[in-house]
Amino acid sequence: MIVELGHFALTLALAVALVQTVVPLIGAHYRWRGWMAVAEPAATAQLLLIGFAFAALTWAFVVSDFSLRLVVQNSHTLKPMLYKVSGVWGNHEGSLLLWVLILALFGACAAWFGGNLPATLKARVLAVQGSIGVAFLLFMLLTSNPFLRLEIPPMDGRDLNPLLQDPGLAFHPPFLYLGYVGLSMAFSFAVAALIEGRVDAAWGRWVRPWTLAAWVFLTIGIALGSWWAYYELGWGGFWFWDPVENASFMPWLIAAALLHSAIVVEKREALKAWTILLAIMAFGFSLIGTFIVRSGIITSVHAFANDPERGVFVLMIFALFTGGALMLFAARAGALEAKGIFATVSRESALVLNNVLLTVSCFVVFVGTIWPLLAELLWARKLSVGPPFFDMAFTPFAIALALLLPFGSMLPWKRGDAARTFRPLRGLAVLAAAAGVLVWAMQTGRSALGPVGLALGLWVILGAGSDLWLRTGREGLGSRLRRLARLPRADWGKAVAHAGLGLTIFAIAGHLAWQTEDIRVARVGDSFDVGGYTVTLQDVRRVEGPNYISTMADMRVQRGRQDFVLNPEKRIYPVAGMPTTEAGIDYGFWRDVYLVLGDPQEGGGFAVRSYIKPFASWLWAGCIIMALGGVVSLSDRRYRIAAGARRAHRAMAPAE
Amino acid sequence: MIRAAVAALALAVAALPAAAVQPDEMLADPALEARARAISENLRCLVCRNESIDESNAPLARDLRLLVRERILAGDTDEEVFAYIVHGDDTFAGFGEYVLLRPTADGTNLILWVAGPAMLAGGLALAGAYVRRRRAAADPTPPLDAAERARLAEILKD
Repeated sequence: MIVELGHFALTLALAVALVQTVVPLIGAHYRWRGWMAVAEPAATAQLLLIGFAFAALTWAFVVSDFSLRLVVQNSHTLKPMLYKVSGVWGNHEGSLLLWVLILALFGACAAWFGGNLPATLKARVLAVQGSIGVAFLLFMLLTSNPFLRLEIPPMDGRDLNPLLQDPGLAFHPPFLYLGYVGLSMAFSFAVAALIEGRVDAAWGRWVRPWTLAAWVFLTIGIALGSWWAYYELGWGGFWFWDPVENASFMPWLIAAALLHSAIVVEKREALKAWTILLAIMAFGFSLIGTFIVRSGIITSVHAFANDPERGVFVLMIFALFTGGALMLFAARAGALEAKGIFATVSRESALVLNNVLLTVSCFVVFVGTIWPLLAELLWARKLSVGPPFFDMAFTPFAIALALLLPFGSMLPWKRGDAARTFRPLRGLAVLAAAAGVLVWAMQTGRSALGPVGLALGLWVILGAGSDLWLRTGREGLGSRLRRLARLPRADWGKAVAHAGLGLTIFAIAGHLAWQTEDIRVARVGDSFDVGGYTVTLQDVRRVEGPNYISTMADMRVQRGRQDFVLNPEKRIYPVAGMPTTEAGIDYGFWRDVYLVLGDPQEGGGFAVRSYIKPFASWLWAGCIIMALGGVVSLSDRRYRIAAGARRAHRAMAPAE
Repeated sequence: MIRAAVAALALAVAALPAAAVQPDEMLADPALEARARAISENLRCLVCRNESIDESNAPLARDLRLLVRERILAGDTDEEVFAYIVHGDDTFAGFGEYVLLRPTADGTNLILWVAGPAMLAGGLALAGAYVRRRRAAADPTPPLDAAERARLAEILKD
């Protein structure tokens, strides 16, 4: 019964979304207040209806209602509760439901907190948001309905893909979707502004928090996915340039470009048309990402949804929205004249360069991702584009960005003096370069990756620090510290996010350049040395988990006063008939010890792989710090005040 | 011939999991083994989704890893190993360029390799033109009228 109500709520949500699309749009055109006002309750109703549908599906998973096809395919009575719940979105239909739920959530937030938006803009933003809802609700109800019943329910389910039964992956999709779908807000604002025919500083201020929030979620989502790959796939890789990873990385790059260019719109009223275009592209890449994942057109490890019919539908949604928005852009962009005038050496130019690098690097990833498809379609060449290509093609952009970042972020607006901006940075540049050279000399014979990463990372981090410090004036230390604490949150957020990027760059390079690997056959009782650690295979035993059987090793790791036991496992999930590898990892500040138990060998003993991975934790820390910078920036006074500005104004009105 | 045998073997044991590089596959000479690993990272596992044979658990990947090491021991240079794996020889058909994770830079693939630098040059040219225009531009838009100014002040009030 609850399931039928959920299904009904979903259908009703489609009707509401249609109303939300059509009525406010007409209202905004004719300036009919009543019609425009429909958007707000409609957005709220949509959230409630989809929320109910989502709750109904979750309920079906929690009580293991095997009359539901989706539950049978993705759940099992023995599965731990966390994974029963995460199983809701661990599949195509459920993840789409999560997608539209988040879409409705963002729409409702815009309706509730958009009090200071002009009525017509608000109505149009919500209408565009509603139209995206229509498209995806139709997609769900027509091709991927989660509420389909089975005539004869089986006794038990087929279990969720064991690789997905993991805390890291349980929360990876919701964060990614918050990011993808968050970019729909930027898209809605862009299209609404094009319909309005004007973009001003206030628009830049409204669109930035949504982009920033989406970018923060994407950062966390990507980091979670990468961390999952690191500990779950069994060799400690953290990024594979897999099409599905690229699908999340491309919107991240564009969102990063967008939130920088929105600053230029807000502060200087320049780059307007470009910012609109970026907003359209950001959501366009989110849709492309959805298409790549959902269609399975470019096969990858994430192929839990290989269905061409669905792919065509998503492609149509993509063509409709991106194509429609681009046509609107072509018609209206000419009217968006820039106001701000700036010199060649200025913050504006630096941000333009930032945008060029981020956008082009995104397109490089895009071309590499679809190249196998193009080559096969156009020239019948079956080929692969893998990590070696992406490493080579993308790294120069990352290096250029890191080199320019500290300098560009400190250039003054409008007109700058390159020599003067660089003067306080000179010492830092020398320091970073010296550190790199020193390490290079110490590690004779190894690749330049480590030293270069160290120098670049240091340069970005120190630059972020001095960016803050140089804003505190020239008085005594006490006064400068007080001023430091009082700097706007936006400045803090900028410095923190940039430092996080520096940390990430260093961690990636250091991790890849300096890891130690050891592969061998070990019998129970054997000891061996890896990178200064003594590892002993003490025992291998059989352990039964709730829905799996495990071969678990006890491996003692010793070095000086460090002495601990790790338990790498090989698991078999009998219901899904799939083996998984669970590495034994000791997370440390300086290094991770990463042990993997392989297969038993013919002559006795087990294959054992041991890694010492320096600075591994710094990688995730860098991503978290980047996201944290976004959050700090989001809490800046001007966004908090802007939200309540109109109400305060109204309250004061009688006193005038 | 070998290819058919390899495929048959792959099918026969596809259900059995193995782990990436196995201890028994590794060459005794660390320098040769390092070369083998580097080559393996650039070869695709043909039955996996986007994994190199160095990472893959599939039996076919193991056969390829052994083949790479066989060629290295036979005295091939890295290029000769790649050429052998892709094109084969009189007795072995080769796996085709699909096996290369780094696509070759020839023929139509040149577009792929040139795309990045070309787009960067184009982007920089556009950006340069834009910056020059901004520098030269006089303020083109009429100032806001009183109502608009009041509205803007209200919005921007901190």
